Amino acid sequence: METIQTDVVIIGAGGAGLRAAIALAEADPGLRIALVSKVYPMRSHTCAAEGGAAGVVKPDDSLEQHFNDTVGGGDWLTDQDAVELFINEAPKELVQLEHWGCPWSREDNGSVAVRPFGGMKIKRTWFAADKTGFHLLHTLFQTSLRFDNIQRFDEYFTTDLLVADGRVQGCTAIEMRSGMMHQFQAKAVIICSGGASRMFPFTTNGSIKTGDGTALAYRAGAPVKDMEFVQYHPTGLPGTGILLTEGCRGEGGVLRNKDGYRYLQDYGMGPETPIGEPVLKTMELGPRDRLSQAFWHEQKKGKTIETQWGDCVYLDLTHLGEARIKERLPFVHDLAKSYLGVDMITDMVPIRPVVHYMMGGIHTDINGAAGLPGLFAAGECACVSINGANRLGSNSLTELLVFGRRAAESAVAYINGGDKTVDAGAANDRAEASRARITALFQKSGGGETTSGIRREMTESMESGAGIYRDEESLKATCGKIAELRRRYNDIELHDKSNVFNTDLFQILELGSMLDLAETVAASALARQESRGSHQRLDFTERDDSRFLKHSMAHYQGEGPPRIDYLDVTITKSPPGVRDYSGDHK
Amino acid sequence: MSLRQIELEVLRYDPEQDDEPRFQKYSVPCQEEWVVLDALNYVKDNLDGSLSYRWSCHMAVCGSCGMMIDGEPTLSCKAFLRDYGSKIRVEPLANFPIERDLVVVLDDFMSKLKRVKPYLIPKQHKPIADGEYRQTPRQLKLYKQYTLCINCTLCYAACPQFALIPDFIGPAALALAHRYNLDSRDGGRAERQEEVASHEGIWECSFVGACSEVCPKSVDPAGAIQQMKIASTVDWYLERLMPWRNK
Amino acid sequence: MSRKPYVRPVARTTWWLSKGRYVRYMAREVSSLLIAIYLMVLIIGLMRLSQGPAAWQEYMESLASPVAVLFHLIAFGFTTYHATCWFNVTPKAMRIPSGDDFVPGRLIILAHYAIWGVVSLIILVIAGVL
Repeated sequence: METIQTDVVIIGAGGAGLRAAIALAEADPGLRIALVSKVYPMRSHTCAAEGGAAGVVKPDDSLEQHFNDTVGGGDWLTDQDAVELFINEAPKELVQLEHWGCPWSREDNGSVAVRPFGGMKIKRTWFAADKTGFHLLHTLFQTSLRFDNIQRFDEYFTTDLLVADGRVQGCTAIEMRSGMMHQFQAKAVIICSGGASRMFPFTTNGSIKTGDGTALAYRAGAPVKDMEFVQYHPTGLPGTGILLTEGCRGEGGVLRNKDGYRYLQDYGMGPETPIGEPVLKTMELGPRDRLSQAFWHEQKKGKTIETQWGDCVYLDLTHLGEARIKERLPFVHDLAKSYLGVDMITDMVPIRPVVHYMMGGIHTDINGAAGLPGLFAAGECACVSINGANRLGSNSLTELLVFGRRAAESAVAYINGGDKTVDAGAANDRAEASRARITALFQKSGGGETTSGIRREMTESMESGAGIYRDEESLKATCGKIAELRRRYNDIELHDKSNVFNTDLFQILELGSMLDLAETVAASALARQESRGSHQRLDFTERDDSRFLKHSMAHYQGEGPPRIDYLDVTITKSPPGVRDYSGDHK
Repeated sequence: MSLRQIELEVLRYDPEQDDEPRFQKYSVPCQEEWVVLDALNYVKDNLDGSLSYRWSCHMAVCGSCGMMIDGEPTLSCKAFLRDYGSKIRVEPLANFPIERDLVVVLDDFMSKLKRVKPYLIPKQHKPIADGEYRQTPRQLKLYKQYTLCINCTLCYAACPQFALIPDFIGPAALALAHRYNLDSRDGGRAERQEEVASHEGIWECSFVGACSEVCPKSVDPAGAIQQMKIASTVDWYLERLMPWRNK
Repeated sequence: MSRKPYVRPVARTTWWLSKGRYVRYMAREVSSLLIAIYLMVLIIGLMRLSQGPAAWQEYMESLASPVAVLFHLIAFGFTTYHATCWFNVTPKAMRIPSGDDFVPGRLIILAHYAIWGVVSLIILVIAGVL
């Protein structure tokens, strides 16, 4: 087995991974950095983020407001020390990205322009038209090419973390084009592998978002936190699940039910605001969880439109006019036209809520350190947590910058803080065990289960049991189903025996990651007997701060279901209050 | 939902089994609004798990799923079945070595991308504390179009010059160099010229224009290259006519 | 080693026949050749003119031969094609900022055709055709 000796391995080369790599390279030009990803960096799903990145820069805004919006948006499940730090560092990171060439949209005077997003009291979303994530990712990727000590391993699929003496000392990864297992021996590992929303059937996420990195950490013994909080974005294109950015509503788009009625006013976000004059934190600029939940109620009332792809409501942008749509929303204009045949300049677009983001992930402290020495995490795969029970739109791009850098910096501090020599013998044993597991997959025949079959059952069960609204019965059914699928997973037969770019193999491994994480989502949701943010229980409809102002921590238990325990939420200055998105909240 | 039976003719190549690629046919029950990628996913999930191809976002922004569809370089996630007949031929992107099935080798492209120094080389250093560089919407507009490249490499598959002269740096990488050259914050053009204005760079382009025709993001790399040729030519004359300008 | 990337052969001489856009490109390139030949005919004419009226007369008569007429028709066709090709792609190479946007490409193309028409007209007037 080929062994790569390095100082830090980063798993995942999306926004967080690239930001971490650059931070490491800048911190110490002598540091050896291995950037490992199952796709080329520019394929990472950061590229699909549209709307923008939040950071306080304008004189009428304040760090205080961003703090309040984030903490309230997260239904007080955010760690306030992390939020405070995040908000302080956000503007610097966005300026840094500007200095690296990001083509932010501009005001006439040449300063960076901002747009409003849902749940914000003040406009503070930096944007690059409606391709912010794309530009952010490419700017980071292109900037990373400046550094010779960032060694990329593109299209390497990570299979295991190497843990010895209680420390993470590297990982194993398969070079996808040769099928050869490689062993990366390192003093620290940073996981930046993104979310796992592909465990749901209808999602904005690309096919690569299968939570591999989160599952690696979880299996290695690092707890995952707040997994029950899954964000539905209210405006997805039916059929494909393609996202129509929140910027659509930020620019003034409104939601209508089948009668043309702006139904959000019936769900605590009214009174109705005039067309073309969006009011911050009200109506369409309410938070994502509330908007998606309102859809569910409209559906129950029979006020949605039936389409061949399921029930929808309308996103109406027709009053914005062609010029504004083409300047501010060119990408989604094209997407709706191509994939749905609807021109948003002249017609209302049918939309429905779609799984978008996982607030939960690998538990880390505010420095990005995970639950195992030598292991760090940042981005969607991690849970710091600044997102709490519901992430505020446009905080995630900023999050991967701030915490990508912080994770890198704390990895450097960790490496420099005492002897971190790799135990090559122990690492090698673990690597050989990892290889044996893959070899066994190649040698096994029979079983009768298929990847696509189990994946389908998993996604259906997650949607029906752990969707926008949940209850004990549905969650128990899903927990049972996932447990059953995890058993049946062992009977999947690998048909493709080729060593070269064997996507059959990688899909099996990805499915394994998703199943493990799906179980943590369902189990954490079942245990949380309250409604908070994106976690809404029909049988426990109120928030219960006395019992559940706590983070759920899921611990891996091998073949059995995860063990769930709880960790206190850090509250510094904002005691839990009421989330008020009505027009009278001023 | 109306169903339509499509015959996919896919070029297969398994280096461990085959000496050369071969076509394999799949009959796929497709929904009317599907794209070619959906049909491939149907094959993968239901008919033949060994078919290998790259894909991720399904919204034409990650750049993974470029293929030759009926002989034309296309993103398979944006190739709507309604625009094709009942027989569709799918091959890996032309002008690249085939790793396996529809997966091509991209090493060459990745190294060319790096060669053109596609990052901001600031005119003057500015500390973060001093805030952002000022850039007017008009200055942004000058280069914005060339930032939209998703590195899907369709342009390389369409470029006959690249087919004949593999050393040609090629459309996407050159357009990216142009993007930074045009950025009001950048001062790195002279550094990039060493690669860009070389024989393997812009002067290898004979302006076939195929790259721009197949570009799914309307980046117009052909235009970028011609603009760079003009700028380089102006440089050449200025150097000779006004030697006092040369430092 | 399990990798064995397959490099597809390139048809080095016939590649341009595989697609309409390549054929059009080759036609544009070949048109330069015809223009070059036409220019040579023109230069020969100048040379003959300098050799006196008899030589000039001979040259003019040779131009009236069916072969020469046919050549000029073909050359005219290709020249026109050459000109339209390049006119149509000028906006790519020539971006003229105007306010926060660019001068529309159509306008630049149109301007080229207009100048072409005016120059042709002037030449025809000078030549006494109009």
